[in-house]
Amino acid sequence: MIVAATVSTSDVVLVGAVFLACAVEMVEALTIVLAVGHTRGWRSALEGTGAAVLVLGALVAAIGPALVHVPLSALRLVVGGILLIFGLQWLRKAILRAAGLKALHDEDEAYREVVAEMQAVATRPDRDRVAFVMAFKGVFLEGLEVVVAVLTLGVSAHRLGLASLTAAVAILVVGGVGLIVARQLSNVPENLMKMGVGVMLVSFGTFWTGEALRVRWPGSDAILLALVAFYALISAAMISSLRRGESRSLEVAS
Amino acid sequence: MSWLPRVLRGFGMFWWDLLVGDTPEIFVAVVLALGLVALISVSAGWHAVAVALLPLLATATLVLSVRRAARAKR
Repeated sequence: MIVAATVSTSDVVLVGAVFLACAVEMVEALTIVLAVGHTRGWRSALEGTGAAVLVLGALVAAIGPALVHVPLSALRLVVGGILLIFGLQWLRKAILRAAGLKALHDEDEAYREVVAEMQAVATRPDRDRVAFVMAFKGVFLEGLEVVVAVLTLGVSAHRLGLASLTAAVAILVVGGVGLIVARQLSNVPENLMKMGVGVMLVSFGTFWTGEALRVRWPGSDAILLALVAFYALISAAMISSLRRGESRSLEVAS
Repeated sequence: MSWLPRVLRGFGMFWWDLLVGDTPEIFVAVVLALGLVALISVSAGWHAVAVALLPLLATATLVLSVRRAARAKR
């Protein structure tokens, strides 16, 4: 009963957004780490991964508490704006992919590309610098987007601890499952997950910027669920419309 | 201190790629939308408009950006 009383709609959407964002980026990072580990050995690949996770964690620990001191309305306006832009970009890409207008991210292809790149470098000393750098770069670059999501969502909602914990759980769960089903990473419905993240980021961006601009949302933070449903419906309608347009243009061409 | 300009440049490039990148229309539209909602929300009697405007402008931005990309693809 205590849990039910203290968990808000905003917390639920926050956990969902952070978990999905982490899971999607983790799948992409894991593909690189697996490719590096299989071709160049696990020691340097795992060292590179560990170093990147430490640096990303340090970034959250250093920037997060500092952001808490920024006045809330200014913070929500800037962070909400970033979330809106960031979320619209994710959603746009996911819609184009779902409509067949952009190639889907292929984990098998990404795996093959990294393997080919690693095999092209012949030297393989005990301490494999190339493998370390490749694993570090892959995890760090994919993880930066997660850091932005964790910081922006966590700080605006004053729930940085919850956002960080969710990110850590997502990394452990997806990392663990990913290692077990390494060969099936391409089966993860990555685009659908990206669309989910995009919808939630845009919903949060709309909500926080509205709060900062003194828009009085009906139902307070329960409006987040309505915003999520609204943007999800809009996205589905756009995909359907683009698919119809695509098939019509194919008919005309044939 | 020779590393400082490189770090600052990298930091700037990260935010540029993240917020503008290949979709400058989204960045511009969001900034304009927030400006418009800020103006409306301080006007008395426009509360309901402000509530509806932000989601509608975000949707219009998404539609325009996706259409632009679809046209370029076709």
